[in-house]
Amino acid sequence: MNTVLALSQIVIKELYRRKDFYVLFVLTGLITAVAGSANFFNDDKIARYLKELCLLLIWLSALFIAVGASARQIPAERENRTIFPLLAKPVTRGQVVAGKFFGCWLACGLALLMFYLFLGVVTGSREREWPVMSFLQALWLQWVFLAVVIAMVLWGSVVFAAPSSNATICVIAVIGIWGLGHYLNRVAVQEPEPLRSFLYVLYFVIPHLEWFDIRDMVTHERGLVPWWDCFLATLYGAAYSILFLFATWVFFRRKPLSQ
Amino acid sequence: MRRISPVYVIALLAVVCFTLGTCLEPRAAKWDARSQSSSLLTILLGDGKRMFANHFFVKADVYFHNGYYPSWMDQGMETVDTAHLTEEGHDELAEAKHEKAMDFLGQPSDWIERFGRNFYPSTHEHLDKPGDAGEILPWLRLSADMDPQRIETYTVGAFWLRLKMGKVDEAEQFLREGLRANPDSYAILLDLGRLYDENRHEAAHARNLWELGLRRWHEQEQAHKKPDETVLLGLLIHLADLEERQGNLEQALQYREKELSLTPQPDYVKKEIENLRAKLEAKTAGATNQKGGKPSEK
Repeated sequence: MNTVLALSQIVIKELYRRKDFYVLFVLTGLITAVAGSANFFNDDKIARYLKELCLLLIWLSALFIAVGASARQIPAERENRTIFPLLAKPVTRGQVVAGKFFGCWLACGLALLMFYLFLGVVTGSREREWPVMSFLQALWLQWVFLAVVIAMVLWGSVVFAAPSSNATICVIAVIGIWGLGHYLNRVAVQEPEPLRSFLYVLYFVIPHLEWFDIRDMVTHERGLVPWWDCFLATLYGAAYSILFLFATWVFFRRKPLSQ
Repeated sequence: MRRISPVYVIALLAVVCFTLGTCLEPRAAKWDARSQSSSLLTILLGDGKRMFANHFFVKADVYFHNGYYPSWMDQGMETVDTAHLTEEGHDELAEAKHEKAMDFLGQPSDWIERFGRNFYPSTHEHLDKPGDAGEILPWLRLSADMDPQRIETYTVGAFWLRLKMGKVDEAEQFLREGLRANPDSYAILLDLGRLYDENRHEAAHARNLWELGLRRWHEQEQAHKKPDETVLLGLLIHLADLEERQGNLEQALQYREKELSLTPQPDYVKKEIENLRAKLEAKTAGATNQKGGKPSEK
């Protein structure tokens, strides 16, 4: 466990030294500030449009931070040949995968915390109220979402040749599942066989990432998602993360380290 | 042969560019309307911004339903009618129709769909909390900026500003902005008249606006533009009410009679006409009695 934590600390340090987070945070802040400065019919309490915009930017920023960070972890170690001294420590390949995953996940968690603090300040300054539990729930579910994404990208990084192609494919896959995943069953009904069965299987196999996106619940103040459902969604996310991490370990074990 | 320094070539090319720029700029400004626009959005999007106008208007409806709204996938099956955005009072028939239209989710077909419904707004409700009414306004403002010819945006926006938020000045400003962009709009004139009648209590001003609205409606009918008959009905109802209140019963009767061919409730209008006729007869009889020196009381 200590080895995994030590490895994850290195990843966190690497992430806060890079400029990705700062650039995206400043960009989110700037766009939200510009949108917030607009005056709509002399009403300064209108906040939902701002919440929606800010949450969208947070989701996009977090996705790009997570994909960007995790896509280069294992390829960079191989390219710089630092993987050899690392594995000679001795550190097993499973520990490398787990360390990289936890590092990226914790770093994304820190970034999310900053983003949601900013969202809280923006919303609070307008609405004069802080729906803390609602934000915490949104943050937690987004963090679970990122766990699945990071695990998926780590798997991609041992399957695909270059970090760029891996990142592109993963972003397309994640956005595709996120936006279209829950419609697959309805599309399947309208298709002839064997496409129908294929789409149905796909519908049940893919991780339903849209569950973790409760932006509409937060924006429209629809109250909290039942905690039991939150817990089940967390288990679901954890199961898929473990599945992808296991696949990463299996592929990484068989992969030659020298390029 | 002596070589020319590249610096001179660059300077020459810069001068040529500058000269061409100054010659062509006034001509280029006349090439299309887009370049003459002062709005950055118009310059960037051109006529494509009308497409966004519709998107933003729908967005206002999404906010009105607190996020419960058919997605593009559900909308492919049926388009949502946005008339409920300006519904006043309690019309059970319209409400039932709206409830039916908004029951787009149906029963979940599997456990994934059933469980997924816990994570997004999946129950039909409206923006009813006091203080929340303003939340739809940014989208209407954007929609009006994107397509100033979209009349519904102004009427819906003014409805919310005036009746839900009590911002009469802002509502008038928004309607006038719409009227400047659409001088022939009888629908905006109807709403502007209502604002003057119901909020400012200026009956004469309201009458002028509604009469102008009637004229605009008939002009468009003559031009075979198929104007909206429900707006004509609205104009006639409000004019009839106003004239009745002002004591111009003959004028009110004329409007009610015109109303009869358009109304979905002819029995009610017939009753109104009978009442008006009775009042008019009583008035005429009273006037004759007064002229003949016989007070009606006797």
